[in-house]
Amino acid sequence: MPMTRWFRSAVPPILAALLLSGCDFAGPQSALDPAGPIAQAQLDLFNWSLWLSALVMIGTFGVLAYVILRYRRGQRTDVPEQSHGNPKLEIALTIVPVIIVVMVAVPTVRTIFATEARVTPTEDDLVVKVTGYQWWWKFEYPEYGITTANELRVPTDRRVVLQLDSADVLHSFWVPRLAGKRDMIPNQDNQLVFTAPEAGEYYGQCAELCLGAHAYMKFRVISEEPAAFEAWADTFDIDGAQRVQADPQVQRGHQLFAQKGCTTCHTVDGYRSTPVGTPEFPDLTNFGTRTTLGAAILPNTQENLEAWLRDPDALKPGNYMPALWSEDDPDADEEIAAVAAYLLSLGTPDETEARAFVGGDHGDR
Amino acid sequence: MAIGRRDVPAPAAPDAGGGLLARPAWTKGIGSWLTTVDHKRLGILYILTSFTFMGLASIEAFIIRLQLAAPGMELVSPDVYNQLFTMHGVTMIFLAIMPLGTGFANYFVPLMIGARDLAFPRLNAFGYWVYAAGGIFVYSSFFLGGAPDVGWFAYAPLTSLSNNPGNGTDFYMIGLLIGGIGSLVTAMNLIVTIFSMRAPGMTMMRMPVFVWMILVTSFLIVFAFPPLTIALTQIVFDRTFGTLFYVPEAGGLPILWQHLFWIFGHPEVYIVILPAFGVISEVIPTFSRKPIFGYPVMILSGIFIGFMGFAVWSHHMFTTGLGPVANTAFALTSFVIGVPTGVKIFNWLGTMWGGSVRFTTSMLYAMAFLFMFVIGGITGIMLAMPPFTAQATDSYFVVAHFHYVMGGGALFAFFAGVYYWFPKLTGKLLPERFGQYTFWAMFVGFNMIFMPQHFAGLMGMPRRTQTYEAGIGLEIWNLVSTAGTFVMGTALFMLLFSVIYAFRKGQPAGNDPWDARTLEWAATSPPQHHNFDEQPIVTDRDAFWAQKYPELSHGDDGSQWEGVDFDSHGIHMPGQSWYPFLLALAIFIAGYGLLFENWPLSILMLVVLTGATYGWAFEGVGGHHVHPGDDAAEGAGD
Repeated sequence: MPMTRWFRSAVPPILAALLLSGCDFAGPQSALDPAGPIAQAQLDLFNWSLWLSALVMIGTFGVLAYVILRYRRGQRTDVPEQSHGNPKLEIALTIVPVIIVVMVAVPTVRTIFATEARVTPTEDDLVVKVTGYQWWWKFEYPEYGITTANELRVPTDRRVVLQLDSADVLHSFWVPRLAGKRDMIPNQDNQLVFTAPEAGEYYGQCAELCLGAHAYMKFRVISEEPAAFEAWADTFDIDGAQRVQADPQVQRGHQLFAQKGCTTCHTVDGYRSTPVGTPEFPDLTNFGTRTTLGAAILPNTQENLEAWLRDPDALKPGNYMPALWSEDDPDADEEIAAVAAYLLSLGTPDETEARAFVGGDHGDR
Repeated sequence: MAIGRRDVPAPAAPDAGGGLLARPAWTKGIGSWLTTVDHKRLGILYILTSFTFMGLASIEAFIIRLQLAAPGMELVSPDVYNQLFTMHGVTMIFLAIMPLGTGFANYFVPLMIGARDLAFPRLNAFGYWVYAAGGIFVYSSFFLGGAPDVGWFAYAPLTSLSNNPGNGTDFYMIGLLIGGIGSLVTAMNLIVTIFSMRAPGMTMMRMPVFVWMILVTSFLIVFAFPPLTIALTQIVFDRTFGTLFYVPEAGGLPILWQHLFWIFGHPEVYIVILPAFGVISEVIPTFSRKPIFGYPVMILSGIFIGFMGFAVWSHHMFTTGLGPVANTAFALTSFVIGVPTGVKIFNWLGTMWGGSVRFTTSMLYAMAFLFMFVIGGITGIMLAMPPFTAQATDSYFVVAHFHYVMGGGALFAFFAGVYYWFPKLTGKLLPERFGQYTFWAMFVGFNMIFMPQHFAGLMGMPRRTQTYEAGIGLEIWNLVSTAGTFVMGTALFMLLFSVIYAFRKGQPAGNDPWDARTLEWAATSPPQHHNFDEQPIVTDRDAFWAQKYPELSHGDDGSQWEGVDFDSHGIHMPGQSWYPFLLALAIFIAGYGLLFENWPLSILMLVVLTGATYGWAFEGVGGHHVHPGDDAAEGAGD
């Protein structure tokens, strides 16, 4: 009998959905695992609508199952009563969705103003200017004079006010566990406000198609205890040329960084006494403090950084960084290792000196 | 009143026309199809063309799902992937599902209102050819430098010449401009037809719900396409003539494109779904042997949904920074649409309540429609909550939502329509048992594909990325989803097979295999060229049912039409014409002229276009009269 078959097949998906709701929906990029009040408010609203939905589904699918089972024709040949409607019932059935919609609308409006209202930043807020580029993120902290890329460090105790802009096409700043998303639109100043009270690392990703390497346009929000954040910010106090670490490989990498043309695009504060690079490309100042590379697509390790320098396009198809060493360059391995070592030394303590002091082996990264 | 039009005497001897091209008279072969003005043939062309495009879009979807089966797959490059999902969206919306509704409307609106054809048969042919031209134009991009890759809503400034120097964007813009002409003229044609060509006694409130929904849809098209046309033209001007509408460096505001696009784009959703509502509103009453429950409310809610469709566009833009006040306003208008939609669901259930329900394959698709459209509607209400949309928009949650509405909703409704009307179109029945197996494969496959995508989206998977990160919980959802495409793909092949099989060897259907209610079932299967031998007289809603079961009808007795001779000089059959095809061809070629900035070719086509328009205008009445009651006179005239 087709109708019982129909009913049988309708039940498993519903049961599956219920079972799955017991699954683990946590994840570093999961909107179902909020880590801040904004994302929590967004999830609370969703959960409220989910409960109402469950009621609607039980009601609607219950009636559907009932009419399917109760009114099937079978061997019946008589013509049922040709009723055209029932005005009282119809009015009642119109009121039901009205009530449900009102029950959704009231908390929605409340949450809109709680999560999306534009704020005028005060001194207590950390203001960060975020600019989207194809396919990376620039973060500027006017308060600290810091410019960095692809990793947004914030303290746990301050509200963060992001000023969002785009340098080319549309992008969308999406950090699911903290704040949802807000689009980045040229000639339009958008704002996103959140706090990240729990120290941790939160995944983010561009959510508006920007062609090319769009899938690889990711970022991290790293929330830190205030003291750790201040310590990180202090490392950006660089006046004039910065001392390069003693490791000969790092020294070599420092030279190559200019020789291979990296300084044409990339800024490193303190590379020398005069500025290098241009603002349209990722700022590499204190690159060694970053946890990821290539707009948060890989952990920032010597090995990954070497692979990245050797062939950026293989790891991030479509991006604008050229491969600076030809495949048959005999010095490539040594030079790439040196540049990677130099970049990883930026902003990190000089381990070579420390290890040399205790007589340890060195230069073998 | 629809009566009166036949009081105007037709020319006693229709002249052969004074145009350059004689009206062709083929009844068979390719020439007869190229020059046909018969709404039934054009309806079939629409349906076949849209299913062809749907096949192409399905292949694109299949490659997309294969690429996403696991993280880090390299089946296609990011650039090709962008082209695939863009073309999948453009095809499904503009070239497959929307014209499928138009195809059913073309075939069945005249039959359902007891008319002989649409009001403007040649315009109808032109509408079809220009739609086909637009589709072929967009698809030719695959061979001419790459398909559009900017997504189906093509957000500025991604479409600017500097950000997108290839031709793909031009194919999108010009192709949609061409296809849009077809949608517009056909919509106007249907409006005029429905207003002025109804059979005697068929008042507006006696029209089948399907016809009502087509009427609402046609008005939506007429009002929704102009903003799109403006936006498309602006981009064409930006890219071809160097204007600066959407160039940020010159102060252009990219957000304007989004407003113009979605003022079109949201009504477009209803342009797709309202005909589907219409189909369901025919299928459920027929197989329940009951009239539609709450007909006036059903009509009113359809009109209300269409009207409100113009007041919600910014819910596609909740994360663009419109501010909390605008977001609140558009959230509330969007919620309001939930009410008439809910009412429609209740009324379909009410129709089945107390009925004698037969679960044919068509009815199974209708039930699946109810199930999946409720799910899509619920996620729709969720997405109308801006704070939740801040997470869900541009994620796979949205992808899942609109596939439940457009696929599980509109497409399944049209599948119900295919099984319902195939006997009328061909005179053959689709195999019922095999159809039920097909249905189950389709239903299971569809839900396997799209149910997991809700979870993938909430766990942080953005749409339109050709890969995703391993180890953040996205693998299982994508794997199940990809597995589902094999199930649904099999079902699509089964559907194709049953259609071919039934067309060749199907059981004869008879004129009224379902004990149906509306006038198309009063015609033969397939209907004769002139549709009805005698002018149908309508005495009640569900006109054909009232004829079959007069004792159950509460309408009038039709006595006011007694003695009126509706066919005194026979039924006028319009002659075939080359001009609609020629005009569409000129627009098609002119599209390439504009795209490749080949001005001599463009001007030449403009001349052809003008000439063909004059030829069309002065072609003369043409055609002939048939006298179905009097076989000897058949074919009189030219």
